[in-house]
Amino acid sequence: MSDDPTSAPESGVLPLRLMQENLDMISGVIPWGRRLGFRMTRVEKGHVWGVQPWKERLVGDPDTGVIHGGVLTAFLDNLCGTAAGSAMEQLRYVATLDLRIDYMRPAEPRRDILGEAECYHVTRSICFTRAWAFHETRDKVIATAAGAFAITKPRAPSTMGASDAE
Amino acid sequence: MPSDTPPSRADEVAAFIARTPFAQELGMHCEVMGDEMTAVLPFQDKLIGNVAIRAIHGGAIGAFLEITAMAQVFLVTEHLTRPPRPINLTIDYLRQAHAKHLYARATITKMGRRMCSVQAVAWQDEKSKPVTILMAHFMVGGD
Repeated sequence: MSDDPTSAPESGVLPLRLMQENLDMISGVIPWGRRLGFRMTRVEKGHVWGVQPWKERLVGDPDTGVIHGGVLTAFLDNLCGTAAGSAMEQLRYVATLDLRIDYMRPAEPRRDILGEAECYHVTRSICFTRAWAFHETRDKVIATAAGAFAITKPRAPSTMGASDAE
Repeated sequence: MPSDTPPSRADEVAAFIARTPFAQELGMHCEVMGDEMTAVLPFQDKLIGNVAIRAIHGGAIGAFLEITAMAQVFLVTEHLTRPPRPINLTIDYLRQAHAKHLYARATITKMGRRMCSVQAVAWQDEKSKPVTILMAHFMVGGD
């Protein structure tokens, strides 16, 4: 059925393959993503990895040089949205319904942040996701996120790369 | 006003926004009226999250609300020497944020000795039609 995002695609083109082939475009087509400078480094079905480079203009505490928590909000939002998109059989837009962020420990000054997200359940209308931000491994996490995404309209393969979570 | 007046809390909030690189990157500012405050995020193309519909990125709105909530707590807690640290936050995306100014106000739901609970609401045309709502907890003591 074409209105079920979990059923086989009519076009025969899987979102996952499009994402893998256009990894740099996923955040590259999002102005705010470009401004923050984060990018996706790997995509598997329902599982995404990315990096948020440290930049002076993203600092939240000028005394320490630690990156602002609000940068992680956008980074984790996009990782979750991309994981959601990659978990579906059809190419669809997703819109963030809600996002929860827990700050476990401060990021270290002047260091890049790695991120990982997974989409652990998909219904006809909603994708459920979670994500982690860390410097080295998930064992020493900086922040975690949990997000639900509404599945919206079908998306043309030509727009691929736009992992927009809006 | 004499120039040797010590900075008011409102001045300190403004200074915090002015010297935080990421708040400047967002391009937000706060208008303080006594113990109340309205934050403003002027629309800029770089804030876009979805080019097709020219909607502001949810992550930019979340960051704007987080800073608004943080500034509001700082505004009313005299004992804090610096803005409070966030523990966690939940963001509800209720409507698309279009390519125009965003406004936000934060309300402290409960001020405790160590933690406080805050809600911040962002709107565009009508305050009664919120675009995004944030609920957050901050450390306000003991750190």
